[in-house]
Order: sequence, then C-alpha cells, then structure tokens
Amino acid sequence: MNEILQSFVAATALVSQADARLIHIILLSLQVSGAAVALAALIGMPVGAVLAIGRFPGRESLIVVANAFMGLPAVVVGLIVYLLLSRSGPLGVLGLLFTPTAMIIAQTLLITPLMAALTRQIVEDAWCEYAEQLRSLGAGWVDSAATLLWDTRFSLVTIVLAGFGRAVAEVGTVMIVGGNIDGVTRVMTTAIALETTRGDLPLALALGVILVALVLVLNAATYWIREAAQRRYG
Amino acid sequence: MLPLVLEDLGFEAGGRSILQGISARVEAGTRTVILGHNGAGKSVLMRICHGLLAPTSGQVRWTGASGPVPPGRQAMVFQRPVMLRRSALANVLYALRLAKLPALERRRRAGEALEQVGLADLAHRPARVLSGGEQQRLALARAWALRPEVLFLDEPTASLDPSASREVEASIQAIHAGGTKIIMTTHNLGQARRLADEILFLYEGRLVEVAPVERFFSQPRSAEAAAFIQGELPWG
Repeated sequence: MNEILQSFVAATALVSQADARLIHIILLSLQVSGAAVALAALIGMPVGAVLAIGRFPGRESLIVVANAFMGLPAVVVGLIVYLLLSRSGPLGVLGLLFTPTAMIIAQTLLITPLMAALTRQIVEDAWCEYAEQLRSLGAGWVDSAATLLWDTRFSLVTIVLAGFGRAVAEVGTVMIVGGNIDGVTRVMTTAIALETTRGDLPLALALGVILVALVLVLNAATYWIREAAQRRYG
Repeated sequence: MLPLVLEDLGFEAGGRSILQGISARVEAGTRTVILGHNGAGKSVLMRICHGLLAPTSGQVRWTGASGPVPPGRQAMVFQRPVMLRRSALANVLYALRLAKLPALERRRRAGEALEQVGLADLAHRPARVLSGGEQQRLALARAWALRPEVLFLDEPTASLDPSASREVEASIQAIHAGGTKIIMTTHNLGQARRLADEILFLYEGRLVEVAPVERFFSQPRSAEAAAFIQGELPWG
C-alpha cells in the first residue's frame, strides 16, 4: 500500500515538474495518433460515404467487413505491418520498421475501418432524410456524398475523437512495429507496459493518469461540440 | 418544355396498386392543383412527373422539349423541406451551384429569391433554426432561384399554421405571377379554391375529374368529387 502511495507522489512530481522524458513520450504519442487519425479520416470518411449512398455489387459485403474490422485486434494489425515492413518483407527496402512512420501506418490501418463503418452509419441516416431533395436538385452521387459529409460534420467530429481515443490508448501495433525504443518510438502505452515490468511505477502511473485524463478531455470535447452545434445549427 | 403529357400512368409498390390509368395533358400558364384525399396517390403522381419515381406503366412526356429536360428547368418543393446545415443564403446558392450557374449569377439570383419570399433579413441565419413557415418559404426561394419553367409543390402548407400558410400561398402566387407554371397537390379545399385555375381530382389512384376550378366546385361531374367537396368521407 505504502509503495503505491509513494508511486503516486512521485508521479505527481513528474507531472508537475514537466519531466523532459515524460513530455517527449506524450508528444510522440499525440503526434503518431494524431497523424494516424488524420489519415484514417481522409481515407475512411469518403469510403464510408460511398458505402452509405452508393449502390454497387459487393457493397453489403464491404459494409460487413468494415463493421467487423472495427474491432480488429491491434496486435494482428501490428503483426501484418511488421511483416510488410520487415527487412525481408515487400516494403522492407523503405527501412521504416521501428520508426514513428511505421507506427503511423499501423495505427492508420487499425482505425480506418472504424472511421468508414461509423461514417457509413451516420451518412446513411442523413441520406434517408436528404435523398429526395438532393436528387430533385440534380445532385449526382459525388455531390451528394460531399454534401452529406459536410452536413453531418458535427457527428463526424465524434468519430474522429473516438478514433483518436482508440489509437492513443492502444499498445499492440505500436509495440510491434515501433519497438518501444527510448527517445525514438516510445509512446505512452508502450512506456507504461515497459516501466511496469521494470518496476518503475511512478513513471508508469504518471503516464497512466495523463492518458486517462486525455481520454476524459476528448470525450468532454465531443459532448460539448455536439451540444453547441445542435444549438447553433439545428 | 410544356405541355406535360401523362400517358396511361400506373404505379405499383409492394404488390399494391397506387395509381392506375392516369392520362392527362397539363398546359403552360395555369395553376394546376392535384386534389384528393390523403392516400389518393397525389404525392406519388407528383414524384413521377418530377422524375423522382419511375412509373410501372405508361409514360411522362414533356412534349415541348426536344430531348431530355435538364435539371433546374423543373423544380420541386416538398411537404417537409430538407434544409442543409448552412445559412439560408447558402442553401439557395447550393441549388444554383448544382445547376452550374456562374458564381456572380448565383449571388444575384439568390439575393433576389430571398427578397421575393421576404427572407432577405434572415439570409445569414442557419437554415435549420428557421421556423417551419420560414423554412418552407426558403424552400420556395431555393426552387424559384433556378427559374424553373415548372414548379411542383407537394402539400406545401400541410405542416404549417394558418398564418405561415398564408405567407407561403402569397409566395406561390408571386412566383406564378412571374411566369412559372405551378403544379401543386393539396387535400385542402380552401387552398384549392384560392390557388387553382384547374383541378385534377384523384380518387383511390384514379384520375376521376379534370375541370376548371369554378366548374369543379359548382358542378362536379363525378359522385366522388361531389362527396369530397361536401366534406364527406369516402367510406361514410
């Protein structure tokens, strides 16, 4: 019990002194997951919109795949990206394994299906309401998809934050393709895993507290953005 | 592109017949009102004319047009208009952009259209927070800005209170005065009297009577129309 208390005190000290090692780890986490979410949104949202309003063979199978892949095990994605990027793999020549870029690629793969599946749901609901009006105005499917994405933008913010939450809190992919190299690819989750096994509980705890706080702030932001948008735009 | 000719139109959905054997010729200039009970098939007929639904049998021909009618030459206002999550002005501009008008022309027309329906002061208000009547007038402005030759209106005042209905009716009159052909549906006798030149009376999916408004109300030729005018229920 005493040890836990001491760890908490030490963790508080690390946070309040803005320990350089701690800051570096947090910033890298935010950069990697932020870039991955941006890429995943760029790919996943248009795909989701097309799945929502397109009528083409194979659409239903794609929806099932996207939905199923929302819960893709992070370690499996990590393993696949590892195989692709390892020196004997097809993309080995790029020399990306154990770099932040590899981590971004892996996390992008991890959350793109989540983005696509949730976007599909939101856009399809809106499409039910908008379809006749947009067709009446002569909107083709590209125009319709773009219009629906823009009109559901406040709901889509929620998805972006959900994706970020999943990315920043996962440990499987970044551990495998990043390698948890101190000062290079060490992020919050891999640091917590390592420091816990090494017995450096204060650093692990400090990172854990920050991670939980971050997720809380993200959820609060989601809630308030939606509330404010609802009041402002109806 | 007018006259609009309907040739033996039929429509079925889910094994149920909604429209049967509808033939009519709708001329330019007048205000044509499709009148009938709820469920008579008015909205379906209008959607077929507008091109949102394909008839199961028969065909719709714009006999005055050579080739297919480009979008924007005919527009539609729905019972519950769908407003995009942007300003009132941006909603009108959106329709004009889809009609591929140059940017300057879009600005000019959108301003005029909002002026026309009395919404110029609310141009920068988010469209979805406008009242029901204001939204319907905005929908009219959005359709009218396209300068359509024909404007379809599907029960445009059915979800509005009387004062909002009057404002919408005034906007419809003004749009007609500007030279646009009006084709609208209603189940409201008073509205039909106020707005129609010509009545197409639908009863259970069939076109029972076509008549000038005066004659329709004073001397209906069908028993169904006579009963409808007297406010009798079809099963009463």
